[in-house]
Amino acid sequence: MDTLYIKKSDIAVWWAAIKGACDHVVAPVRKDRVVEFARVENYEEIATDYVQTTRSAKEVLFPRTERLFSYQKNGRDIEVKDFDPQSVPVQVLWQVRPCDAASVFPLDAVFNWDYKDVMYNTRRERTTIVAVSCSTADEYCFCTSVGGGAGDTRGSDILLTYTTDGAIVEVVTERGEKLVALSQNLFTAYTAGDKDSYLASVPQVFDVEKLKEKMHGMFDSTVWKEQSERCLGCGACAYVCPTCSCFDIQENPKGSCGERLRCWDSCGFAQFTLHTSGHNPRSTQASRWRQRLMHKFSYIPQRQDSLGCTGCGRCSRACPVDMNIKEHLSSIDKIQ
Amino acid sequence: MDKLKAKLKEWLEAGEITLAIGYKQGTREARPFFCRTAEDVEQMVFSNDFQPNLAVYLSKKEVVKDEKVAIVCTISALRSIAYLARENQIGQSQYKIIHLSPNDELMIFRSPWDIDAYIEEIPSTPSEEDRRVIEMLDAMTPSERWAWWAAQFSKCIKCYACRAACPMCYCTRCIVDNNRPQWIDPWASPLSNMEWQINRVMHLAGRCVGCGACGAACPEGIPVHLLNRKILDNIEENFGMPAGIAPREGAVLNTYKPEDKENFIK
Repeated sequence: MDTLYIKKSDIAVWWAAIKGACDHVVAPVRKDRVVEFARVENYEEIATDYVQTTRSAKEVLFPRTERLFSYQKNGRDIEVKDFDPQSVPVQVLWQVRPCDAASVFPLDAVFNWDYKDVMYNTRRERTTIVAVSCSTADEYCFCTSVGGGAGDTRGSDILLTYTTDGAIVEVVTERGEKLVALSQNLFTAYTAGDKDSYLASVPQVFDVEKLKEKMHGMFDSTVWKEQSERCLGCGACAYVCPTCSCFDIQENPKGSCGERLRCWDSCGFAQFTLHTSGHNPRSTQASRWRQRLMHKFSYIPQRQDSLGCTGCGRCSRACPVDMNIKEHLSSIDKIQ
Repeated sequence: MDKLKAKLKEWLEAGEITLAIGYKQGTREARPFFCRTAEDVEQMVFSNDFQPNLAVYLSKKEVVKDEKVAIVCTISALRSIAYLARENQIGQSQYKIIHLSPNDELMIFRSPWDIDAYIEEIPSTPSEEDRRVIEMLDAMTPSERWAWWAAQFSKCIKCYACRAACPMCYCTRCIVDNNRPQWIDPWASPLSNMEWQINRVMHLAGRCVGCGACGAACPEGIPVHLLNRKILDNIEENFGMPAGIAPREGAVLNTYKPEDKENFIK
């Protein structure tokens, strides 16, 4: 891994070179009261005055709604148009936080578990992730408790750490090297070794290894009912989450043509596990809340060698009733 | 506040209630709080501006079933309870309805019907910021207004937090959850997001109390409550029913009187 340095005034120059070399750059922009990822044409559009975007960057790899295939009936003939990998743009995901970059591990795992998802994998192959270390954090952040950190490089192709007059550039992958090669002359070697002094402090609040072990035996605990009592059962937490990957398959028929779609779904909804018979194995919000935490901290780690949470804190910020996941996990950690 | 806490403790200790639903300080703002002991009650906080509207929990069976409940109400929650009672959603349950008036007077309502006179003294008015946006929207042409809302709803992720936070959205099967037939496309898309909001707002027309919990709940910051507020304004203009007034004769769009000037229903 190369560690380089770029001057502040050169970052926009490099950005323009990147913009010219790919189909789209997706970066955080301010829209009214929220900051969201969107396609950006000019470097100046990129938001800087925020801790975290409302939604995660997962949409770039796993959109809210996407077409699996479409069809057209002509008499007895049916023409099926499959997903075309060539339609996927070559993208650079610019200025994600390290906690968003880290979300590629659980996403990669679930979309390659047994079936290799062509749509996800094509997007993943064609997306270069440029993350930016966090110089600020807020009280919802807990990346350091789930194996991450304000300057963590995992999942990034390049990690930038802004200094007072430029940025430290950690080139993590070959994809990252290609971006640097676009403007090789703008980079110099970095030797100061003072990266940590530019990072936000995010205190660790629990030991995730102990927590995982403990949660493994907590299926019948009363804690789920206690914690979920105020939960209203909406899907905000799952939809803003960088790692939640549950989806629904929907038909959109229109006479002789139509399409099959994949769209986000959430285990917080009462209907998520409702059977045709009327039976619902997760009939209470307590059982749905248990599923949310167990999935992230027990089931995914058991099956996929990855955690289902990167500590971004988005679910807590988005929740209408302040279900603060960091607080809930800490209180589980403290149960004797 | 001390009077309110003392009353709740008294009820809990005497076994008159088993659960008090109120607020406590959350991460940044107040959050709903479920108290079962006198020690819990000490942590309670209250302001009439707090969100969400706690009346939303009264129609959640898994929360209130088998409990003797006291609910700490903001003025908005009182209005919601008056409507829920008219719609037979409170049932025979004897909730203790407790409130601190804006001048810090402790009020206990023995039944939802006792709320009417009190809430009618206090008009339901939007915030200055909301009024400003409504005026800006009113000044637009219909196509400009459509474009403004379309841009807002392009952010909608169909998390249904607006529905979940609304005390009047208590249907056991919401129109969007119905799939035979599928009235509204369940995936997020510009058209279906708009269809969902239009349905939500129309189902609440004449029933919404203007508490703003839907807009406060939206993680994307879409001011969905302004659609409801506009309908409250329209109802006042057309039917002379001010926003938030008690539905003494039923919700304004759900009732018919022989002297109504429209005769299409006869």
